[in-house]
Amino acid sequence: MTAQARDATSLTSAVPVMSPDLIRQVDPGDGVREMSYQEAIREALREEMIGDPRVFLMGEDIGKHGGAFGVTRTLFDQFGGERVRNTPISENTIVGAATGAALVGMRPVAEIMFVDFSGLAMDQIATQAAKIRFMTGGQCSVPWVLRMPQGGGAGKSTAAQHSQSLEVWFASIPGLKVVLPSTPYDAKGLMKAAIRDDNPVVFLEHKLLYAFKGLVPDGDYELPLSRCDVKRVGDDVTVVASGYMVWHAMLAARILEAEGISVEVVDVRTVSPLDEETIGASARKTGRVVVVAEACRSYGPANEWAMVAIERAHDRLRAPIVRVAGRDSPIPFANSLENGVWPSTEDVVAAIRQVVGSPA
Amino acid sequence: MEVALQTLLEMYRRMVRIRQFELAATNLFKRGQLKGTVHTYIGMEASGVGVCMALRTEDLIAGTHRSHGHNIAKGADLARMMAELMGKETGYCKGRGGSMHIAAFETGSLGALAVVASGIPLAVGAALAFQMRREDRVAVPFTGDAGSNTGNWHEGLNMAAAWKLPVVFVLENNQYGVSTRIDDVTRIHDLSLRAAGYGIPGVRVDGFDVLAVYEAATTAVARARAGDGPTLLVTESYRVDGHYAGEPEVYRDRAEVAEYRAKDPIARFRSRLIGELAVDILALDAIEAEVAAAIEAALAFAREGSEPDPATALDYIYA
Ligand SMILES: Cc1ncc(C[n+]2csc(CCOP(=O)(O)OP(=O)(O)O)c2C)c(N)n1
Ligand SMILES: [Mg+2]
Repeated sequence: MTAQARDATSLTSAVPVMSPDLIRQVDPGDGVREMSYQEAIREALREEMIGDPRVFLMGEDIGKHGGAFGVTRTLFDQFGGERVRNTPISENTIVGAATGAALVGMRPVAEIMFVDFSGLAMDQIATQAAKIRFMTGGQCSVPWVLRMPQGGGAGKSTAAQHSQSLEVWFASIPGLKVVLPSTPYDAKGLMKAAIRDDNPVVFLEHKLLYAFKGLVPDGDYELPLSRCDVKRVGDDVTVVASGYMVWHAMLAARILEAEGISVEVVDVRTVSPLDEETIGASARKTGRVVVVAEACRSYGPANEWAMVAIERAHDRLRAPIVRVAGRDSPIPFANSLENGVWPSTEDVVAAIRQVVGSPA
Repeated sequence: MEVALQTLLEMYRRMVRIRQFELAATNLFKRGQLKGTVHTYIGMEASGVGVCMALRTEDLIAGTHRSHGHNIAKGADLARMMAELMGKETGYCKGRGGSMHIAAFETGSLGALAVVASGIPLAVGAALAFQMRREDRVAVPFTGDAGSNTGNWHEGLNMAAAWKLPVVFVLENNQYGVSTRIDDVTRIHDLSLRAAGYGIPGVRVDGFDVLAVYEAATTAVARARAGDGPTLLVTESYRVDGHYAGEPEVYRDRAEVAEYRAKDPIARFRSRLIGELAVDILALDAIEAEVAAAIEAALAFAREGSEPDPATALDYIYA
């Protein structure tokens, strides 16, 4: 990023406040309420548990305590300890037991407190649940959901073992689906779809988004798994992003709108299987692509999206693709160090300026 | 324990089916007609058969890398088993799994998982579902002695014990994990002592004696069905073949192997059936002949089948 680009965005000092109206997916009206991302996930869980006796929750401290981020709060009181089940600290067995229950027809929603702890469960996630249908020639299926909070930022200082973005760990394993919603509306609709899906779905929730509010319809709706969502239509440049990064992209788009730059934002809300078609079509339309991910730069998800854009739109690209991604570093504790780890709105703005400014 | 004649004969039949299947598989492997690896169950037949005869079809087993025997003990079809070993579309797993993942869901399986002890959590979860749905079913994961040193195993026993789940954990102590003697990597000699740490019964039984295994399994299964929670059942046996067919076995004495080979659980059961239980020798001979014919038929069926069509390579990855 050039010094000039950085100055021009005037965002260097403040953590951007993300206004809910940056993303408008539902019109206000009857049967629509404003709720947080956390509440939207809880509402999906509640509705699915009411509608389907096969659905139950298991995880550490998810009962009365409501989980580390309060997502399951009140569900214990409503459904009791059998269906909102506190487990021992046994990540691999939490996931493996979810698989076993799913194999005999239940629809478990398991929780691992932080995605950082999924390393303890990786055998069951990647080597058992993801493969058992395939290696038994389709004799079984594993309809579970594995909820895991991930990500960090905004001065939370959760440091190296509670802040990572690990979607690529799961997205590189065939047999898993990977979801990373960016809004309350998406979180509710994708959670419902994930629970009803017959495959193991890794459902990643961004910690900074739990408090974000948005409009969500009452009652039942499902959003498709394995489709990207165009969050903003534009003509000059495509920004591909997911999770919290979608908000940076949307804010960057609003800032640049004032300068006459029209930005399209493609939200990879289901990371895997990847909807290459939507990314490719948008890249062909605009001819310029910026990819933005919070995960580490090297071998990160943004690289995959860039490759898809190249494969599907190379003959239309008018500028080299620019990548904005997390630094290749463990997440540090001190704010002075932490602030530099993740992409910011200004980084996205600068990247867009770079691709738009390149000779056509 | 009084055991019906029909049950005794069925035990014998299943043990012979396992033995003949394993001999046929080893033979094919040594002639280069099977790919991958073959971990045989020879010498351990009494363990799987004694346990599975105490189960119903709707009870589920979870297998390991060494599960030809577990599947056959639970009632799997020899032809579809053999076809799977040959990687044929007509195999139980349509040629996608092979020897280490062979699992017959139709006769009550949760799969065979070749990462040591990773079937333990699956059985715990299936048992949790049975308990939540008030179903009269039991889940039975098999592991080896070496498997009982994994985190999976200990987490699973603890969780099942805490929730009083209907599980019978079968630990088949054949004394080795590949080349490593269990005594070299564990302080206790009696592995059933591990149960005490989880507040559940630990039972140790002669794994060469099918009736002893059957009796112990019946008690453990009854306990699980009654809602009294899991049992750890240790069957003491020995692996008379190499870890896999063709493994050089540089780590143990031939005299030791010979000593255990002499304990052959099938020969022992046969003489007991004839001697103590007055079973007609002709009935046993008939079973052997019947199994030999079934093996021939299984080989023919497996050879006839075709390998999976490459056009189906992406099938079964997602439901
Ligand atoms: C987690 C894991 N580590 C290592 C291996 C390689 N391995 C395959 S079988 C085996 C020994 C298992 O011994 P045991 O559990 O006693 O079963 P046995 O082979 O004797 O039936 C090992 C180390 C594996 N499959 N999984
Ligand atoms: Mg062993």
